[in-house]
Amino acid sequence: MQKEEIYERLNEVFRDVFDDENIEVNENTTSADIEDWDSLEHINLIVAVENEFGIKFNMGEVTTMKNVGEMVEIIISRI
Amino acid sequence: MLEIFLLNYGITPTFYESEYNKYYEDAMFGNSELDQFHPDIIYIHTTNRNIIDYPSILDEEKIIKQKLDSEYQKYANMWDKLFTKFKAIIIQNNFEYPFYRLLGNKDVSDIHGRINFINNLNAKFYEYANTHSNFFINDINYLSSCYGLDKWSNQLYWHMYKYALELPAIPYLAFNIANIIKSIYGKNKKALVLDLDNTLWGGVVGDDGVDNLAIGPEVPSGQVYSEIQTYIKEQQKLGIILNINSKNEYENALAGLNHPDSILKPEDFIIIKANWNPKNANMNDIAKELNLGPDSFVFVDDNPAERHIVASTFPNMGIPEIDVPENYIRIIDHNGYFEMTNFAQEDLKKNELYQDNAKRSQMMATFENYEDYLKSLKMKAEIKSFKPIYLERIAQLSNKSNQFNLTTKRYSLADIEKVANSEDYIKIYGKLTDIFGDNGLISVVIGHIKGSELHLDLWIMSCRVLKRDMELAMLDELVAKAQEEKIRKIYGYYYPTLKNKMVEDFYEKQGFKLESKDEKGNKFYSLNVDNYQNQNKVIEVER
Repeated sequence: MQKEEIYERLNEVFRDVFDDENIEVNENTTSADIEDWDSLEHINLIVAVENEFGIKFNMGEVTTMKNVGEMVEIIISRI
Repeated sequence: MLEIFLLNYGITPTFYESEYNKYYEDAMFGNSELDQFHPDIIYIHTTNRNIIDYPSILDEEKIIKQKLDSEYQKYANMWDKLFTKFKAIIIQNNFEYPFYRLLGNKDVSDIHGRINFINNLNAKFYEYANTHSNFFINDINYLSSCYGLDKWSNQLYWHMYKYALELPAIPYLAFNIANIIKSIYGKNKKALVLDLDNTLWGGVVGDDGVDNLAIGPEVPSGQVYSEIQTYIKEQQKLGIILNINSKNEYENALAGLNHPDSILKPEDFIIIKANWNPKNANMNDIAKELNLGPDSFVFVDDNPAERHIVASTFPNMGIPEIDVPENYIRIIDHNGYFEMTNFAQEDLKKNELYQDNAKRSQMMATFENYEDYLKSLKMKAEIKSFKPIYLERIAQLSNKSNQFNLTTKRYSLADIEKVANSEDYIKIYGKLTDIFGDNGLISVVIGHIKGSELHLDLWIMSCRVLKRDMELAMLDELVAKAQEEKIRKIYGYYYPTLKNKMVEDFYEKQGFKLESKDEKGNKFYSLNVDNYQNQNKVIEVER
């Protein structure tokens, strides 16, 4: 899977979770960039991403990923 | 999440949620916001991680007993306090098992084991429930085992988010709580409406005969249906009223229920609708005769198309998506239709009550939009002259079909091959698919040509596609083929048997003219080909 495709699918997931059609994520996107991205939504986001790509993040990954770019690197390493 | 499930039951909740892990403080020491909110129902969710003082391996029996009492008292005091303060209903979970067993298998039997401790603590919760009528146990111990304990207690969710269960398990929890609440508010289902063939027994009583049904201890499939019937009989003992809605001749339905191994007998049912009406029309009659709202019913039918038509007419009816017989009980049970929160003696008498009321005036229901329903099935048929690959199936169908069979003429494979290769016959088969899937090859018509006449030797159809207008599509195609052969008149024959009563008026309904009828009930019909108008409006036909 190409990186662009992953970003495309991630955009859909983010738009669903945060209910905002205008979201465009890039590798530098963090929780500070999206208004509703609080701890509760973070859980929903992680599970939604896991379901979209059929993967599971482990705890070490969830605690250390700093931005969407790192999330994508993990996704690429899994699929 | 809980709100969604409650709204689905017609309950509109407002919530007050304690701050994280502050339920105990709120309950014991009060909280002005909570006081103002004045809850009707208090839901307390705990987890085995809230158990602070587990036994240690060195503890003596006396110490462990003290620990058990003090853990229990902490909760009992809280419940007592809440009851005095709010006069509310309390829903409290029991404890799920821990995700590890320090003592291995001995953890459950030894007093030092955590599983042993949790079982004893749970037992004390149940005692409280049995002595307090407004206190209900949310059985997450059972729920987590159905879900899978290892998944349920996914430790990532605890350490990362302090969720006592993994996120995907939450809908199951919320659904379980909603079931308790809807039951408290009297929104349980009250009646079961059951199909017969392949729902209460294996096989089709009209085609296979009573003696060949799968029910009873001899074969595995019979055992499955015995267990299903036992389950339903147990529901009846709890006051659930039983009814039948089946496409069958009435006599056949009774014959099936009178099978010596059938646990359910005709007298167990309040209303038995065994006829050829659409099932939603029957359902409407049953609801009217019992004077119950459609949302009080659970309709159990193995046929997804029947479930669809009933569900599209009665959206709030409980209609479990059963798949294979060995799963029926589990699927029905896990839907939580009949939560017994308030188990009253009157419930046990409900069946008698309804038995008396059942003789009310009957109302014939008609489904005005039946054609729309059929269109919604998006049916596609393939109706063509016999093809070599289907000959075996066609022979088989001619030998199996008893109910929808005008002449009950049987064909061997060799007979069918002869017909297929002869120019003197018009022979068509029909296959039907719909949104639920492929029904396969389900209808066959054979007629022999005599000059400008066509005489129909065979017209059969599988009962699983009854009332789909497939017969009209077959006739349209038959006439088209006849026109190609320069045929002017088609002649149809009906020969009555013990099993084919359902098609005794078939040709009349198709627009044929009755020419003669003899004392045995044999009928002879004709149809003019020239001015024939196509009748099928709902099936897209590939010729």
